[in-house]
Amino acid sequence: MRENKHHVPETVERLLDSSLESVDSAEQLALGVAERAGLDDDDLMKIGMAVRESMVNAVVHGNRYNANKKVRFSVSHGAQRFTVRIADEGEGFDPESLPDPLAPENLMRTSGRGIFLIRSFMDEFEIHRREQGGMEVTLVKYTVSK
Amino acid sequence: MSVKLNTRQVGDVSVVDVAGRITLGEGSSALRDTLRDMIGKGQKKILLNLGEVNYIDSSGIGELVSGFTTVTNSGGQLKLLNLNKRVKDLLQITKLYTVFDVHEDEAGAIRSF
Repeated sequence: MRENKHHVPETVERLLDSSLESVDSAEQLALGVAERAGLDDDDLMKIGMAVRESMVNAVVHGNRYNANKKVRFSVSHGAQRFTVRIADEGEGFDPESLPDPLAPENLMRTSGRGIFLIRSFMDEFEIHRREQGGMEVTLVKYTVSK
Repeated sequence: MSVKLNTRQVGDVSVVDVAGRITLGEGSSALRDTLRDMIGKGQKKILLNLGEVNYIDSSGIGELVSGFTTVTNSGGQLKLLNLNKRVKDLLQITKLYTVFDVHEDEAGAIRSF
């Protein structure tokens, strides 16, 4: 974890379409903020992957590519935290109902690893149903500042 | 194109050289279609050379698993070659590294079939 000598807070917010192009856009936006915040290559890789997985969940599973539904995306860097929030407008689901992808009976499934990977890559991960519908996730990577 | 696939034959082993990003959409679809085509043609020995794969997401991992399962269920073998650190780490944390037969040199991989 590289020390952040820049210490310049930055926030980027977007309302994105429910498309795979938005997944790419969100990844690039997040990596841009992360690079300017001085995060190292390993953290950049992990953030990029976590953002992609979260966006795919929002676009594909949440909004189901519905052109009338948007994904709210925000990325911010403060003194000691790099935070991404992604919210969809789907029907929502119970996160407790997700099968464990590492369980022997699930190991050979062809899907279901996204949230597990996000948790593996980020220092904090939180997911909840939004009052207005859909799901929101918060991803946090700790940074160090002087 | 996000992924490039090149198929070649080494004896009775079909080698697929994969380069680029295996991600949801074009990348994972291309890999899926190539493997389905090979399986449909009855190819039983498939070696995926992932040496030039610089990015794979959970969908890409899903395609590797799907391909492995389909080939295995049809009586064949699917093996992996030249994993970089990123892909290797992903397969390890998802506990899939020991599921696949992974090799670091092509000649050895070919002999192992």
